[in-house]
Amino acid sequence: MSAALLAAPRGRVREVVTPEGVPLRWTLADTGERAGAFLLDLVILASASIVLLIASVILVGAAGGIGFAIALVAFFVLRTFYFTFFESRWKGATPGKRALRLRVVDAHGGPLTAEAVFARNLTREIEFFLPLVALLAPASLGESLPGWARLVSLGWLLVFALLPLFNRDRLRPGDLVGGTLVVRAPRALLLEDLSGARPSAQAAEARYAFTREQLDIYGIYELQVLEELLRSQGPVRWQSLRAVSEKVQAKLRWQPPVADHDAERFLHDFYVAQRRRLEQKLMLGHRQERKRAATRTR
Amino acid sequence: MKSLEFRREREESWRELEGLIVRVEASGLVTLTAAELSRLPVLYRATLSSLSVARAISLDANVLEYLESLAARAYVCVYGAKRPALEAARRFLAVRFPATVRVLRRQLALSAALMVLGALTGLGLTATDPNRFYALVDDDYAAGRTPAATTAELRQVLYDDKHPADVLGAFAMYLFTHNARVGMLCAALGFAAGVPVMLLLFTNGLLLGAFAALYQDRGLGIEFWAWILPHGVTELLAVVLCGAAGLAVGESLLFPGRHTRLVNLGLRGRDAGVVVLGAVLMLLLAGMIEGVFRQTVHDVALRLSVALLSALLWTVYFTRVGREGAP
Repeated sequence: MSAALLAAPRGRVREVVTPEGVPLRWTLADTGERAGAFLLDLVILASASIVLLIASVILVGAAGGIGFAIALVAFFVLRTFYFTFFESRWKGATPGKRALRLRVVDAHGGPLTAEAVFARNLTREIEFFLPLVALLAPASLGESLPGWARLVSLGWLLVFALLPLFNRDRLRPGDLVGGTLVVRAPRALLLEDLSGARPSAQAAEARYAFTREQLDIYGIYELQVLEELLRSQGPVRWQSLRAVSEKVQAKLRWQPPVADHDAERFLHDFYVAQRRRLEQKLMLGHRQERKRAATRTR
Repeated sequence: MKSLEFRREREESWRELEGLIVRVEASGLVTLTAAELSRLPVLYRATLSSLSVARAISLDANVLEYLESLAARAYVCVYGAKRPALEAARRFLAVRFPATVRVLRRQLALSAALMVLGALTGLGLTATDPNRFYALVDDDYAAGRTPAATTAELRQVLYDDKHPADVLGAFAMYLFTHNARVGMLCAALGFAAGVPVMLLLFTNGLLLGAFAALYQDRGLGIEFWAWILPHGVTELLAVVLCGAAGLAVGESLLFPGRHTRLVNLGLRGRDAGVVVLGAVLMLLLAGMIEGVFRQTVHDVALRLSVALLSALLWTVYFTRVGREGAP
């Protein structure tokens, strides 16, 4: 069975201790997600600018200098406070972040303050806009500078732009200055407990009984992969169930072999028994993460 | 199974919390009734405790994942709560801003000293040899105000009033947005260990000094200061504040002190954010004085008294306001 295929992509996890003293595990957003959210925000920002431009042309035509003053301030506010506004009003998410289910949180577990949000967006100028301009128009770095000096300045600016690629937590300078993290905020659904809900049209009682030795082989990781398989939907489900059932039977030295059509029932009963056993051990202070190394010798 | 019993006991409260959270996420805390609002923290804590228990006893990956995600979402709702905008603005102006400026007073002193040093250097250099003006000031920036200009032309700039009233507003806002962006850039550059900030402050001072020397040379010294100071007091102070914020950020990286660099940077960065936000507001004020007042009022005594008054007001504001209730 391909565990890698079934297991959801897991990112880096950072623990943040809440004021109640319970560590919450945040999964950090990866570079791609963050870049995607930022691009989306840029598109929104650009469209808003175009709308504003049209509006200000009309406004200047109608109201002259005052209209121009209003337009100038509107552009300034849009560019400077777009991120700050949404991140402090929408609980740490700009429209782009919201679309990708990302959030800004305080790195130390406190509430996300407006100051932190403002500080983390203050550096966007040197992180993104300045390097972008420098790349597109190298002359803007200073016309009088010799070529090598421009190259050095460009490299210096790129250090800021590319900083997220060089640290484990994918922090950009703004995150460092504001003391914030960008994390995934997925909505997990609470599904039926597998041990409660048996495949329908079958008896509620377990049909297969397992010995203690058989239940001591696998660990928590295998149990949870099995859970994922049992919960999965899709065309290859039956094939996977049969394949896994055969592997498990081989491992447990199960006799006589389980009929193919009963594979799900077998795995289901095995899941329930296995979970009961592992949770019992957990309560006694023994956490068995993986299957026994000894049984792997073949 | 223990984990199944546990889930049966607690599931109802998780579902209740989830229902509240979905509504808060969609349209904010205001949608909750008073009773629901008082339930929110209770349910949040109950869920946190469920999470702790589940981590200890349950191996149901789905329940764990669900609780992790629910607790995280609830945490954001409970601790992301905002003060009303007006109250937040009042607190910012009355306490947070002046108090934070006082926290950064050492950096403020250094930043002001750098600018004054720059100004004195510019003044000294240009006073001894007017031709050095060209080395210090960019041609575009000078816009004709060079040693080659006649005294009458230089004087003309100080009492420029050919703009109709409605252009003044646009001019004021142009000055504001330009200055504010420079100020924010100045603070953000603090991340590069503060070196560019010092350079910016110093060269800013150089420019000011060079112009002062030029006007001094033509006997327009007092009138020059009367022209620049009514808004300059506010504007230069705001620039110096942005510089101080940048220096604070740079300092936190170079000399982290008791915390680790990252923690320290996070702490100082927020102070910097507060100061820069306040400075942006000050620049808005300065832009209005510069764009409107300076273009319409030409009396030197009146100009100077406005400068003096604003200096006095800022001194009182930054030394006296918000002493109680400071963080």
